[in-house]
Amino acid sequence: MAINGVLRPGFVQVRVLDMAESIIHYRDRIGLDVVSTGDDGRVYLKAYDEFDRHSIVLRECDEAGLDMMAFKVSNEACLDEYEEKLRTDGFEVAAIAAGEQPGVGRRISFVAPTGHRFDLYAEIELAANGPMTNNPDVCQQDPRGMKAIRFDHCLLYGGDVDGTKKVFEEILGFSTSEIVVDDDSGMIIALFLTCSNKAHDLALVRHEEDGKLHHVSFLVEDWTSLRDAADIMTRYDISRDIGPTRHGITRGQTIYFFDPSGNRNEVFSGGYAFYPDNPLRVWKASSVGKAIFYYERELNDRFMTVVT
Amino acid sequence: MTEKGFQVTVIGSDKILTCQKDEPLLVALARQGYLKVPVGCRQGGCGVCKIRIVEGEFETGKMSVKHVSDAERKINYTLACKTFPKSDLAITTKI
Ligand code: FES
Ligand SMILES: [Fe+2]
Repeated sequence: MAINGVLRPGFVQVRVLDMAESIIHYRDRIGLDVVSTGDDGRVYLKAYDEFDRHSIVLRECDEAGLDMMAFKVSNEACLDEYEEKLRTDGFEVAAIAAGEQPGVGRRISFVAPTGHRFDLYAEIELAANGPMTNNPDVCQQDPRGMKAIRFDHCLLYGGDVDGTKKVFEEILGFSTSEIVVDDDSGMIIALFLTCSNKAHDLALVRHEEDGKLHHVSFLVEDWTSLRDAADIMTRYDISRDIGPTRHGITRGQTIYFFDPSGNRNEVFSGGYAFYPDNPLRVWKASSVGKAIFYYERELNDRFMTVVT
Repeated sequence: MTEKGFQVTVIGSDKILTCQKDEPLLVALARQGYLKVPVGCRQGGCGVCKIRIVEGEFETGKMSVKHVSDAERKINYTLACKTFPKSDLAITTKI
């Protein structure tokens, strides 16, 4: 498989209630580097193993949640193509000028049927301290905190998940790797979308309210890294949701926890390699416990109800 | 405040609960097995722990205005995870 078109989740802009506390959380605990602070107060961060300038943008606000998730695409021609297809499909597409975020080229932006804003861009500056490329060591500086390798994916909650599925599959070229369906009606309750070789780059759960954030996920190396992350959570009294455990869906190993504004984060490792010719994996809602938390075999109350 | 902390009465429940100084009210309730106020993010962002203080003094940390508007704040709506008692309290979960 050759990946082109949409390459990967590029960055996510998250609203936080208190910037100072949030920086301690994302920089010192999760282990991201602060790249810059914008004139408008937004703080740009990246994980140590990412080549691009930034992947996490924090914006101080009086409510928590997600401003937008952005995907990087292969080239400018893709942006034009997606813009045209989105318009043809009846979406309003906004143009965001280059430089609205430092180092990021022009973006196109639309609101999906689940109420989430998604941006697409082709150009972003390379980070000053990205991974080495010349006889590369595993890292340039010693990783900090939970040693997040990269921003990996988001799980978002909203109403019309079928509508958002359609846009991502038919216009943006994603594949669906797994779904959870109602036992009787077959209605999709959750779906896992990938634009790559990963088991998921974006996940969606049907929910009565649109535009909600369930979690922003960071890749860590392995199961042992999850243990070390859990140690940090206890040591610094970070609000933990569940884990270390494993997801049946994607088979990724996981801990869910919360940032100081109540936005859920995840540290995640593993998961299978996906190819677009893989058959769809289907879970019945009656087995959703095992699908989400493979060891507990049941959801905790927070999984369906606690979002920002 | 007694040595055991501030006394917290939940209207409509006969349980007598306590909350230590500087302890988030939600943590105190959960610690004593009072589970009618759900434990969510514990960080003032998700809104599931919303209650109203009927009587008593308290302070709050940062909370999402999406869940407690300025108008609601004036009439003592609050998020239990970001509420710190300054006296004995009476609270209601009926909101
Ligand atoms: S538990 Fe989320 S706001 Fe209190
Ligand atoms: Fe995840």
